[in-house]
Amino acid sequence: MTLARGHDMQATTSLLGSLAVALASGRIRVVDLTQTLSPDFPQIALPPEMGQCWAFRIEEISRYDERGPAWYWNNFSCGEHTGTHFDAPIHWISGRDLPHNSVDTIPTQHFVAPACVIDCSKQAQADPDYLLTVADIEQFEAQHGRIGAGTWALMRTDWSKRHDPEAYQNFDETGQHTPGPSSEAVQFLVTQRNVLGFGSEAIGTDAGQGYHLRPPYPCHYFMHGAGRYGLQCLANLDLLPPTGALLVCPPLKIEKGSGSPLRVIALVED
Amino acid sequence: MTMPLMKPARKNPVLRTQQINLPPWSRGRVALGLTAAAAEGRFELQVCEQCNAVQYPPREACHRCLSPQLKWRPQGGEAALISETRLRHSNDLFFRERLPWRLGLVQLDTGPTVIVHLHDEVAAPPARVRVGARLDRAGQAVLIGFPWEGSENMAQDKILREMTSDPKFRKVLVSDGKTPVGQALVQALVKAGAEIVWVGHAEPWKKLPGFDDITQLEQATLVPLDLTNERSVNELAGEIGGKVDIVINNAEVHRSFGIAARRGTDAARAEMDINYFGLLRLAQAFGPALRGRSADGATHAAAWVNLLSIYALSNYPPHGTFSASKAAALSLSQCLRAEMRPAGLRVINVFPGPIDDEWNQNMPPPKLAPAALASAIVNALKEGVEDVYPGEVAQEWLERWRDNPKVLERELAAGG
Repeated sequence: MTLARGHDMQATTSLLGSLAVALASGRIRVVDLTQTLSPDFPQIALPPEMGQCWAFRIEEISRYDERGPAWYWNNFSCGEHTGTHFDAPIHWISGRDLPHNSVDTIPTQHFVAPACVIDCSKQAQADPDYLLTVADIEQFEAQHGRIGAGTWALMRTDWSKRHDPEAYQNFDETGQHTPGPSSEAVQFLVTQRNVLGFGSEAIGTDAGQGYHLRPPYPCHYFMHGAGRYGLQCLANLDLLPPTGALLVCPPLKIEKGSGSPLRVIALVED
Repeated sequence: MTMPLMKPARKNPVLRTQQINLPPWSRGRVALGLTAAAAEGRFELQVCEQCNAVQYPPREACHRCLSPQLKWRPQGGEAALISETRLRHSNDLFFRERLPWRLGLVQLDTGPTVIVHLHDEVAAPPARVRVGARLDRAGQAVLIGFPWEGSENMAQDKILREMTSDPKFRKVLVSDGKTPVGQALVQALVKAGAEIVWVGHAEPWKKLPGFDDITQLEQATLVPLDLTNERSVNELAGEIGGKVDIVINNAEVHRSFGIAARRGTDAARAEMDINYFGLLRLAQAFGPALRGRSADGATHAAAWVNLLSIYALSNYPPHGTFSASKAAALSLSQCLRAEMRPAGLRVINVFPGPIDDEWNQNMPPPKLAPAALASAIVNALKEGVEDVYPGEVAQEWLERWRDNPKVLERELAAGG
């Protein structure tokens, strides 16, 4: 559907006006990077004696029946880190004392930001434990230019195409096997490139075996320690260009929230 | 000789499904003592504390000396068959549908003369018989005359099958196949001749040891079932609910915390979500179809089993929130039993002591082996009992609880 909004705004010369025209004409596409919230989508699994993040659960309040004759609605429950979700710095112990570190106090400016997409899909296909290296980043920059400050660094692995929850979680006796960044790559992105945050397609920003890296869970440790953010369980990263996409990802405004499920969309100019 | 039950032919789908008519179920308050004992598999009669007279039927006072001091005491049941008859006509719908029906007049060695349902293997009078009590389809105790020495297939007797829920040729749902108890249950049910065992499989990405062994069994079929997820429960009920004859709800979450040992409510909530709400979700989804099939042929829908805990009777503070969730489940299970009874379905509650599993690692023995628990559950189905307290610890707690619940509460608060 093409909206004829441009007609009413023909005189506009503002950036937002131009954006609206580009959206209406389809020159700028809106790509959904979100997994559907469903009870079938797996939640992060910790050792059973630890506290657990709730899976997404939904129960009917009424459905045009004796419980509510003309309306359909549900109650749902989930954790702050269920489904496609945002990690705030307060999520990790390294970021616990930073200012503006929870989802309700993060500067709203940060919820709209450019993104670069580093394609590791071939490596992840060959090795589910693949770790993004500094060399991968340098090679990306050689082709697409230097990653700018305040940019989201997104790691494309096509992991979101694993629709079977068992394959998506990919557990064996030694734990989870999903790709993520190496400790060195995270430190490079934080200190050398000053990125806004790191995004991944698997269930965490860190690799499934991230507990065995130094330090354990380096992406959480360094990103949040530096006041940066995380996005995980992203989808459709293969529909984004290596650079040039604009991410819109405001988490729910939960008081002192450590994160939140959210809808992540990307604006992409054709 | 009782012939072994042959595998029933498939149901004729154009015929109206047979509906249940219950046998006479009305009992006075005193007579319910017979039912209370039979619910645990015992045959008890009133014995006078004053003159030692054993009496039947149950009354308020001793028939010999009029003393009101009567105690229910276990009976051996040895008796002599005096006469028998074969009922060929009845105005009662339950019996009319099951004619002919054999009845006997027996005299117990302890004195009383009673009328019993007579097992087909009992010889013509005069003959020795053993009298036992069983719960009938209405959930009330009735007396049965068993053969002095029964044959291998005596449990397949027509009268006895009405009182029990033998898994042979039945289709069974085990709500959680991942735990050691779940796996032992699947093995025991297959051994007992179950035709299909549907095995609930939540969070399929979590691989647990031993699980592959049961998936190899021809009769076992894995089904996605997560009791925390209403949609998952409803979907499975839609898929197989009309075929399930026995539900065994063994899914449980067990954490060893009291109130002070754990901050927050997350562990307690997880326990309630499976142990209490899980039972509620399962019963809402599978109850209606079970009730509709409770007279559907020789392998009709028969029973519902809940894995509770002896801690349901009295709180064990080191496992305090778990105890509370099991007490809630016990209460709900009594509601389920009341709602299933009009359909003639048996609800069996199982109250084990500590099970030898990962959540009782610090418990000293004796602990109940998963295989022993599974075998107790299958036996309960075969024997037709309603409440099972398997293992030494459960038996001891039960005894102490019966003796004085308040004393037990104090003992448990002091560490057991």
